[in-house]
Amino acid sequence: MTPVLAVKDLSVTFRTEDGPLSAVDHVSFEVGDGEVLAVVGESGCGKSVTAMSIAGLLPRSATVDGSVELDGTELIGADKRTLRSIRGREVAYIFQEPMTSLNPVFTVGHQISEVLRTHIGLNRQDARTRAIELLKLVGISSAERRIGDYPHQLSGGMRQRVMIAMAVACDPKVLIADEPTTALDVTIQAGILDVLRGLRERLGTSIVLITHDLGVVADLADRVAVMYAGRVVETAEVHDLFANPQHPYTTGLLGASPAAGRHAESQRLNEIPGLVPVLTEQPDACTFADRCPRAVDTCTTSQPQLTPGPHRVACWNPVREPVEV
Amino acid sequence: MRRYLLNRLWQSLVTLVLATIVVFVGVRALPGDPALALAGEERDPESLRAIRQQYGLDQSWLVQFWKFVSHAARGDLGESIRTGTPVRSMILSALPVTIELSVLAIVIASVIGVGAGVLAAVRRGGPAEWAANGLALLGLSVPHFWLGLMAILYLSVALGLFPASGFVPFFTNPVANLHHLILPAVILGTGLAAVIMRQTRSSMLDALSADYIRTAEAKGLPPKAVIGKHALRNSLIVVVTIVGLQLGALISGAVVTERIFALPGFGKLTVDAVFQRDYPVIQAVVLVTATAYIVINLLVDLLYSVIDPRIRVRGEA
Amino acid sequence: MAVVEALVPPRSNSRRVVRRVLRNPLAITGLAVLAIAVVLAVFANWLAPHDPTQTQLGNAFAPPGTAGHLLGTDDLGRDVLSRIMFGLRASLHVGILAVAFSLVIGVPLGLIAGYFRAIDALISRLTDLVLAFPFLILAVGLAAIRGASLGNAAIAIGIAQIPGMIRIVRSETLRLKSLDFVSAAIVEGAGDAWILGRHILPNAGSALIVQATVGIPAAILGEAVLSFLGLGIQPPAPSLGTMLSDAQQFASRAPWAAVMPGVAIMLLTLAFNIVGDSLRDALDPKASRR
Repeated sequence: MTPVLAVKDLSVTFRTEDGPLSAVDHVSFEVGDGEVLAVVGESGCGKSVTAMSIAGLLPRSATVDGSVELDGTELIGADKRTLRSIRGREVAYIFQEPMTSLNPVFTVGHQISEVLRTHIGLNRQDARTRAIELLKLVGISSAERRIGDYPHQLSGGMRQRVMIAMAVACDPKVLIADEPTTALDVTIQAGILDVLRGLRERLGTSIVLITHDLGVVADLADRVAVMYAGRVVETAEVHDLFANPQHPYTTGLLGASPAAGRHAESQRLNEIPGLVPVLTEQPDACTFADRCPRAVDTCTTSQPQLTPGPHRVACWNPVREPVEV
Repeated sequence: MRRYLLNRLWQSLVTLVLATIVVFVGVRALPGDPALALAGEERDPESLRAIRQQYGLDQSWLVQFWKFVSHAARGDLGESIRTGTPVRSMILSALPVTIELSVLAIVIASVIGVGAGVLAAVRRGGPAEWAANGLALLGLSVPHFWLGLMAILYLSVALGLFPASGFVPFFTNPVANLHHLILPAVILGTGLAAVIMRQTRSSMLDALSADYIRTAEAKGLPPKAVIGKHALRNSLIVVVTIVGLQLGALISGAVVTERIFALPGFGKLTVDAVFQRDYPVIQAVVLVTATAYIVINLLVDLLYSVIDPRIRVRGEA
Repeated sequence: MAVVEALVPPRSNSRRVVRRVLRNPLAITGLAVLAIAVVLAVFANWLAPHDPTQTQLGNAFAPPGTAGHLLGTDDLGRDVLSRIMFGLRASLHVGILAVAFSLVIGVPLGLIAGYFRAIDALISRLTDLVLAFPFLILAVGLAAIRGASLGNAAIAIGIAQIPGMIRIVRSETLRLKSLDFVSAAIVEGAGDAWILGRHILPNAGSALIVQATVGIPAAILGEAVLSFLGLGIQPPAPSLGTMLSDAQQFASRAPWAAVMPGVAIMLLTLAFNIVGDSLRDALDPKASRR
């Protein structure tokens, strides 16, 4: 299967007042056609930065190296015009904060139509008709009336549906959902996840799902990439990962809870003692070694690489036995 | 929306009533017996009594206040002590000059201020921002009546680019009218332009870092739409309020500017009235200014609610 | 740990603020200009080469650089430099007086408006009322009632600045009132006056200092306008505004007499505004870095 999105050796460094800050280090992953890849990790692990760098949305203080290919087209280093023609059309985003991600002074209809008019060149009337269809697609009732509403007139869940409608307006190849349900109530989360699942089934959109919510992962994802301190430490099929986590960090995230893989309930990552390190440069060592209960001498002297195969792990002393059920 | 409107209207009305009381009391606090001032040369007790009766000065303050208010409401502002001309007609002939000058100044200041503010925010850290910030600081610090003097001295007198003083009504000759007003309007607008620029810059910087701008960029919109539409529209809401708040400064500025450029406007009327101790004119001028300020601020607030849908339409959430 | 910290009033680290201001070359320049202006104004009696009111009709319109008259003389032969020094004194005098007036009235009203919600509406009606009279109209009225003088000009300018002062203090009070250390003091049963005076006012200090530094140059400009119109300091007492008004008629013949006082006002207000800006940035570094 040829991947729709292929990220290879992606590294991101920020220039800050206190010197350079390494946020993402040689991250690689692929997303197949219609596949849902979940990128999981604690906040500050670089998952959002990875997502932003795909379509060049990072601020100017960021330096991005490596390669991001979308259907064979290289996006890293592409000129601004090319990136603009891809954003919203081929790669679309949904953000965490539905409350602030919509512009308060324009109607939702206007904000959806804007994408259609920019990328497909629809006229005002056609864009409006299509916007109503899209609102219906994401499950907003009486869309004809809602289209004239301003964001502040809608609830958080409704706004997130509008964000999704806007994102899928041009039928993008890849949808990047950055914590799409984190800011919402549990009951509303389920509805949003239903919409995303429906889109994948009906439109065949590939989804990169950035989250720290294992319930969401279990509910929606086909494959999972676990990130820690800017690196991918483990990647596997979702069932394989839940049943057979190999990286000590992943087992820490999952805890001893065997139910995590089966329940669709919202389940937060388990607390692991210590903090994600802030790195000015990537050391030649395992960045998790300080917090790792299974650390061996090699961990602090040499950086582990991902093993080949369908279930890949970057660890000198991985967990081999399946988790007790 | 309707409740907001009614509330706002009510507040304005209260302020207006209070302002009227202040003017009334202020005039009574003027030094000297107004009857003496009105009598002029004939100061015998008989004519003084006649004058008191004629102007109702022998009645209670309450009655006098009611007469003052009811006359003012009918547009009867009394007569000038000096010339005997109805104050109403003096004001009506002076007001258009001041209004035209102020509107021109606001337009010029808004164009320059918003333009420079957007530029400074978008070109952050570059020479454009430095230049815009520096000019704004200068605009805030320079005494604009002095700037007017300098403009007359060097642009009008030395170079002959503009007429140094005088006024031509718009309907007599629009081109000459603008030629006479453009320099005073620019001078009057400098301070306002500086304030608008600083406000635009900071609210544009706020807007540009907002989540909805990231959304607009993620949608693949061109920079023209991201900055000129999504960010600017939100920033302008704040800028409109600032223009409203600066109105008092603008009115004060207009008085001085008219004085320097010898424009026959409201400002000249005011200053002349003070020096001639023409109390009915002073009283009318103060009342009209306060009323104008309150009404215009009400209009600015309404405009504000038109621009900002969060005020115009109430949310369900 | 975090809880304990929240209960202790935040101390504004004044030493750090001063260091931040002193690191800014523009602010240093502004402070230097202010220092020079203050020295010239305070010691004008000794420093001025001439009596600022002494006329010398035989030496009228002497251009700058004339022996004994560095900046020339005006239409009555008075020394422009000496008049500027005494004018600076008047400007600073009015500026400080006006801001002090607005502080004395505005700070208590702002504290009350922010702290006691019941009185808030009343005070905001009063500020609306003051705002309805633009500062020049206020000054005109005051001059008509009490006569034109330095003190009345300062009062008119001060009144016009009160609404801004109330707004700043009110919003600071609202902000501080919601902080944990104030709530804790309220819970402990501290009196309103104690809380306002001990907890809220000291912490609103930095906002007040910034407001005062932008208020003084505004007042200086206001004084110049009033004196220019003849509503402020009365001749022959030297004021930068009256100098400009005198020089206006003869501006083509003796431009220096019109240029110099204006430059003096501009440098003075510019210095204040620069210092005010850098002070605000130093107190709130996040705002400047945005």
